[in-house]
Amino acid sequence: MIKFDRVSKIYGDDSVALDEVTLTIKPKEFVSVVGHSGAGKTTLVKMILAEEKPTRGSIFFESQDIQAMHPRDIPKYRRRIGTVFQDFRLIPNKTVFENIAFAMEAAGRPDVDIEADVPHVLELVDLLPKIWNFPDELSGGEAQRVAIARAIVNQPDIIIADEPTGNLDPINTNDIIQILKKINDLGTTVILTTHNKGVIDTLGGRVITMDKGRIVRDDSKGMYSL
Amino acid sequence: MFWTNTKRVIRTGFVNFWRNGFVSLSAVLIMTVTLLVVGGLLFSNALLQTTLASVENKIDISVYFVGSADQSDESALQNKIEALPEVASVQFVSASDTLADFTARNQNDETTLAALDEVGANPFGDSLAITAKDPSEYQDIATFLSSAGTIADGTNIIDKVNYLENKTAIDTLSNVIVGSREIGLAIILLLAFVSIIIVFNTIRLAIYIAKDEIAVMRLVGASNWYIRGPFVITGIMYGCVAGVITLIILYPLTLWISSVSTTFFSGFSPFGYYLGDFAKIFLVIIGAGAFLGAFSSFLAVRKYLKE
Repeated sequence: MIKFDRVSKIYGDDSVALDEVTLTIKPKEFVSVVGHSGAGKTTLVKMILAEEKPTRGSIFFESQDIQAMHPRDIPKYRRRIGTVFQDFRLIPNKTVFENIAFAMEAAGRPDVDIEADVPHVLELVDLLPKIWNFPDELSGGEAQRVAIARAIVNQPDIIIADEPTGNLDPINTNDIIQILKKINDLGTTVILTTHNKGVIDTLGGRVITMDKGRIVRDDSKGMYSL
Repeated sequence: MFWTNTKRVIRTGFVNFWRNGFVSLSAVLIMTVTLLVVGGLLFSNALLQTTLASVENKIDISVYFVGSADQSDESALQNKIEALPEVASVQFVSASDTLADFTARNQNDETTLAALDEVGANPFGDSLAITAKDPSEYQDIATFLSSAGTIADGTNIIDKVNYLENKTAIDTLSNVIVGSREIGLAIILLLAFVSIIIVFNTIRLAIYIAKDEIAVMRLVGASNWYIRGPFVITGIMYGCVAGVITLIILYPLTLWISSVSTTFFSGFSPFGYYLGDFAKIFLVIIGAGAFLGAFSSFLAVRKYLKE
């Protein structure tokens, strides 16, 4: 589904963020990417989202070469990917309902779908009572659950979760991971970056370990080992 | 799909205007100042045009006949002048009319009236007051008149043509008006330019606040115009609201200026202009505001959409 073919990213003259990364992610996989800060996890994620272009090599989504895509087609491509970040990235002057509805509006979905689907995904993440609240009225765990609801509402092919639990306490961390697991069980590919050892050990799935821009380990039933 | 999106863009623009109350307030205030300057531009232009026109209307040529001139020669000349294509009208003023007018004007001036008595007979001759269709044509008429007074027996029935005497004064006055109009325009255009820059920067700041929001919109796959649209709508709203405020401010402002300065402006009334040309003023002010808001927003968002 996603294929990195000898991808390198070099910032400036000699700041290497990714170094000859080759990697394949299959549909319905749950892949965890671990590594220290600066190991290249976020660069990897940004490249899948077409936010950064590789210096060398190519990235394929299904059979499509991402960097060959016309800028006009990038928004359409991004609607097939749901994203969740450490800092939630909700729009502050929109309510919970509007934040999720925005992703559907951007995809051109009709109002009837929006009215029906937004409460439905909020129910999935157990946040229906907060539907008319603004983001600054939510706790960290609640905000992250809104972000997940937004990420899944367009039924994307992939969910990318970049350090989703970085700002959360252990109980909320566990909730978020359980939700991501549930999404994966329903058939969506999930790519999770983290440096939380507990998360990796409870998941017990495929773990890719990165260091200094290189993939140093790729275990199908991995544990956290850094 | 297109209409659904357009509807959503407009609605979001309105909602953002309302929710970011303080940002909107400051943008509207700054824009109001700019639109007042634009209003000033309109008014000063109208004022100078009226003044120039009224001065130009005061120009005419008077032909004074010698006292001994024959009535039939005078009418013959009047007919000739009326036949000129440049001439709008020729009015015959008889010597007795001129005397009556002069006496009426000087009725409080004992010395002058006494002097007039001393002369005994009517010292004035008949005269013709000529107005041209266009002020620039007086020169041609004056040239014609300089040789037209000679009749069959070789005498000249024209005593004097007063255009040539007033010409210098009128030219100077026209130059002053045209010059002050240009300087005034330059100053106001400079002011307008400065305030447009300030409006642009205010809107840029307002959008800078929303730059993370724009990043999120890009991330969830919103197309560029779908992100930009609401900002442009909000910009148009800044302009329209500021335009309405400006028009409201102009009402008492022009009323007050008119009440203190009508004589100074040689009959031009800003308030009369405001009421009379309201449709034009409305369109210019609201249009300038909406355009300025839309254009500034458009440019300001562009920065965060690139890559």
